[in-house]
Amino acid sequence: MKHAIIMEGMVKNFQHKSVIQPLDLAIEKSGIFGLLGPSGCGKTTLIKMIVGLIKPDAGSVTVLDHKVPNEALLMEIGYMAQTDALYTELTAAENLAFFAKLYRLSKRERSERIRYAAEIVGLTSDLKTRIAFYSGGMKRRLSLAIALIQNPEILILDEPTVGIDPVLKRAIWQELERLRDEEHKTILITTHVMDEAERCDKLAMLREGTVIASGTPAALKQQYAVETLDDVFLKIGGSR
Amino acid sequence: MRILSLVMRIIQQLRRDRRTLALFFLAPLLILTLMYFIFGTEASDLKIVVTGSDQTTLAALKQADFQVKAAEEYSRKRMIDTATDGWLHVEHGKMELTLLNDEPARAKAVQMQLMLGLQGHASKLPSIAAQYVYGDEDTKGFDTFSPMLISFFVFFFVFLIAGIALLKERTSGTLERLLATPIKRHEIVAGYVIGYGLFALIQPIIVVLYAVNVLDIVLVGSLWLVLLTNILVALVALSLGTLLSSFATSEFQMVQFIPLVIVPQVFFTGIFPLDAMADWLQKIGKIMPLYYASDAMNGIMYKGFTFSDVFLDLIVLLAFSAVFITINIISLKRYRSL
Repeated sequence: MKHAIIMEGMVKNFQHKSVIQPLDLAIEKSGIFGLLGPSGCGKTTLIKMIVGLIKPDAGSVTVLDHKVPNEALLMEIGYMAQTDALYTELTAAENLAFFAKLYRLSKRERSERIRYAAEIVGLTSDLKTRIAFYSGGMKRRLSLAIALIQNPEILILDEPTVGIDPVLKRAIWQELERLRDEEHKTILITTHVMDEAERCDKLAMLREGTVIASGTPAALKQQYAVETLDDVFLKIGGSR
Repeated sequence: MRILSLVMRIIQQLRRDRRTLALFFLAPLLILTLMYFIFGTEASDLKIVVTGSDQTTLAALKQADFQVKAAEEYSRKRMIDTATDGWLHVEHGKMELTLLNDEPARAKAVQMQLMLGLQGHASKLPSIAAQYVYGDEDTKGFDTFSPMLISFFVFFFVFLIAGIALLKERTSGTLERLLATPIKRHEIVAGYVIGYGLFALIQPIIVVLYAVNVLDIVLVGSLWLVLLTNILVALVALSLGTLLSSFATSEFQMVQFIPLVIVPQVFFTGIFPLDAMADWLQKIGKIMPLYYASDAMNGIMYKGFTFSDVFLDLIVLLAFSAVFITINIISLKRYRSL
């Protein structure tokens, strides 16, 4: 199995508006794959179809050799949505514990994973605080911690670093790279920040629901004969 | 056990939302109390005159908190003149009751207290034919519709709070996040029904106990049966509230269901006489959960119905919630097909 995620002939319309046009994309195992594109290009829709939260009108998604939707698969996907889905009345520890329980982690695994996930996102000292008192960036970090909680094979992160300061952002990226290198995880992230795109192994640029370019960051820049990814983006995405 | 995790989370959340809890538990009491005073069921110092009675009946009535006077003979005119609420005539073990009924609540109170008072003393409760000086037996007072009010408030508050709670789960994206975990749809619905069900279980208990003990609303039948009925009412409201919340996109839209779902049901609770309604109108009433709840409640609290008498009503209530819960599980398919 070379590819962790394979999408074939994906189509999705919302009320006659085409969001995903026929789209094929294969994402290799143990790597960081970046989905790039302007707002409204269908990144989030695509991601939700991979997780199985939206049914495609046509086409299929295969994750780890299983066709989506598949219940067992949900165990292997750590999902971080674009909007923070947290229970504000609960503390961070309670949020983490709740999701850990949904993944049926044993009590010991649970406390280990909570400690690990909180450590990664730098929330260890704020675990006992209620989410209602969290800042935007802290909520984002907790969402990321929840995506990590069950130690999944695949991480699907929808704009994970929005609102996170540069210091912590670097720490998170270092951890993502460690997960890729040491634990061979597959990580799919969406972003429109170019310095993040630069750190991805592979990139796919999305526009109006279809892949307009894909490859390594270096290959993309070479292909379009430009210096930065911003320029690639402007060259193919901006000129409508 | 995923359902249990969900239940525990709901309890944790609600315990910290003091305002919602207060609304849930105290608002029904407040409104019920208000209604109680507005409809003035201050039926104390009931005067009753007994003619042709034996000593045991007299003693029983005195114990039942009546101002009892024994007389050789009596008349309706004297009742009016002296504002006597009831005149009980006993002859050969048959009782004949004449009620002044100037205030329906007082007349009902006389009947209730009489029934309660005599219950312990006669092996078989004699049938008491009642006559009225004013009005007739259909005259309504707070006592007759207070049982329905209890069910109504239970229904209303459980519906609103459970509906909005699930809605919040939907709008905050946590429902979607939940569906990205291996939890099953029926586990989500079950978790919600049980989690909020626990609170919905406590609420009717508080409301009923308050109504019976503090407000002294007449209770002829069994308190346990009243509780059972209202717990079923809460279950129906809970399942309907969570179901309808999927058709709302904001709390504001959830509130819009009140005139559509709650208010029409009030019309069929017996506050307005059902018998006088057109046939087709009565049929509409039969698809409303509160119709059955009121029927059972009125029966138990006012007429002293037993379990077998209200069995059918309770079954219908249970069926309502089973249907709503099933539709709810199916409707979650919109989010995830598993």
